[in-house]
Amino acid sequence: MKNCEYRQIDLRALRTSTTRTSTNKTLQRVRRKWEVFPGKNRFYCDGRIMLARQCGVLPLTIVLIFMTSGLFFRFDCPFLVHHLTVFIPVIGGVLFLFVVITLLQTSLTDPGILPRALPDEAADIEKQIDNSRSSTYRPPPRTKEILINDQVVKLKYCFTCKMFRPPRTSHCSLCDNCVERFDHHCPWVGNCVGKRNYRFFYAFIVSLSFLTSFIFGCVITHLTLRSQRVNGIIQAIKESPASVVELVICFFSIWSILGLSGFHTYLVASNLTTNEDIKGSWSSKRGEESGNPYTYNNIFTNCCVVLCGPMQPSLIDRRGFLPPDDAPPIVTSDTELPHFMAKKDTNMCTQGTKELLESVAHSAVIQSTCTPGTPKTTAVTQESLPSTFSITVSPSSKSPSAGCSIDVPCSQRGNKQAALHNHKTMLRVSSPPFSLGHSPIILSDAPDMGFIPLN
Amino acid sequence: MATEFHNLQELRHSASLANKVFIQRDYTDGTICKFQTKFPSELDSRIERTLFEDTVKMLNNYYAEAEKIGGQSYLEGCLACLTVYLIFLCIETRYEKVLKKISWYIQEQNEKVYAPRGLLITDPIERGMRVIEISVYEDHGSSGSSSGSSTTSSSGR
Repeated sequence: MKNCEYRQIDLRALRTSTTRTSTNKTLQRVRRKWEVFPGKNRFYCDGRIMLARQCGVLPLTIVLIFMTSGLFFRFDCPFLVHHLTVFIPVIGGVLFLFVVITLLQTSLTDPGILPRALPDEAADIEKQIDNSRSSTYRPPPRTKEILINDQVVKLKYCFTCKMFRPPRTSHCSLCDNCVERFDHHCPWVGNCVGKRNYRFFYAFIVSLSFLTSFIFGCVITHLTLRSQRVNGIIQAIKESPASVVELVICFFSIWSILGLSGFHTYLVASNLTTNEDIKGSWSSKRGEESGNPYTYNNIFTNCCVVLCGPMQPSLIDRRGFLPPDDAPPIVTSDTELPHFMAKKDTNMCTQGTKELLESVAHSAVIQSTCTPGTPKTTAVTQESLPSTFSITVSPSSKSPSAGCSIDVPCSQRGNKQAALHNHKTMLRVSSPPFSLGHSPIILSDAPDMGFIPLN
Repeated sequence: MATEFHNLQELRHSASLANKVFIQRDYTDGTICKFQTKFPSELDSRIERTLFEDTVKMLNNYYAEAEKIGGQSYLEGCLACLTVYLIFLCIETRYEKVLKKISWYIQEQNEKVYAPRGLLITDPIERGMRVIEISVYEDHGSSGSSSGSSTTSSSGR
């Protein structure tokens, strides 16, 4: 019965909003997941490259590298080529290319961001926490202890991402993401350094230390040779003032860059992260013997694993398409429905299990078991959620386990716009690729395309 | 296979998502991708323990193969290092190849084993490799494993 009602509404909505659909066609149909990503990241080239929102001093890094190298090639290389060898600019060029490419790869690659837990997953974890909770007034801290290679490791619960962080994962407050094998957030590259881009970062600092040392050495050689010709260092400096600029920049950079390279070489050799080293996670405290459970106890193996290990693809699937349920608020759920339903009806026979699986997983049906400890829906903040979010509510009579009342917030832009267009505010939620930033929405089970209007 | 599809299709029209069971990661061997083989109690009446464990063990084997540190991964890593990692833009890494195998395997398992029992496995990559999500479907108007009853006659293989 409800389905029949809905079909009528769908057709009406379809007729009335056809024009809107056509104008917003591209916007509706081809929304990619990066557009609704909840973390503080910026995406370019339609999700192909990403950057932290706070890119720190990355522009300064780029300017310094380009300026120093540019001055080197323009003012020092001609002299050195003439008096020494042509390989100097060649080597300099190769090092410069290495530095720039690895810098860009470090900055523009996904460091190993873990997508946030979906609402039902978060609810399941909450349920497990509640079940294991003792009856004390204050809830215990959300940690889980596991044994890795006979070493006790504490897994912490991330309140933003709604999951227990895997080992070596940390939540970066600047990027608002959980990053696997989190090393540190580097302001110089404007990105987190984690599992996926650590090798790029390491290559960057090593090649940069080679480049700065090389330029430093060449400039010293240049000034020395020139001063011999013009009988005085002051005269030499007057003839080539750019060299002094390079000298100063390289001198100050070398200490920090070489130091950093050395430090990271030590980390790589012992399979540690900066985060662990700073916190002293594996150093012996209070006489306890606690070693790093991730090390292979062999420098060569550690280096190979960290730098040449398998490269995991990005888990956040930036360029994946959002399921058609997650439509922009202007259209609300009405115009999406026929699209989605049509897709379901016509494609069911020919759908592979995987597509079926996706349509099921991303459909308007969300089920979560209601437990006493499950939080009710609260107002969802705007900053991390797109306005495409809409909520489906269904009558709880059919579902065996639905028992909690549904409290749907009307604080979203989408809802307000929907209210303008419709008598009743109809909201629909599908399981979005990324869960809400602040609280899971608990809904009762819905039959296929079951909706009820809300005021 | 078509029979099972149609069974699932009929189920889909008459069944609703009853529950989702999440198989968490097993970190006892470190940070490698491995899932717990502990049989969840919610699936007790839906699927045989051995079938479930076989699926999870097979998935764990696939992930171990993807993350294996050996000759091929070193070769890939060194080649990548020499080409300033630009090679990652051109070729498909071994990890990605194994992930494709995993997707195919999960699809096959869903078609042959899980769908006839009213269950559906979600590829862990779609959940950020955190969990294996198993969706449990229930037939309307009947409690328990009615989905299983109509299709247990089919071999499911």
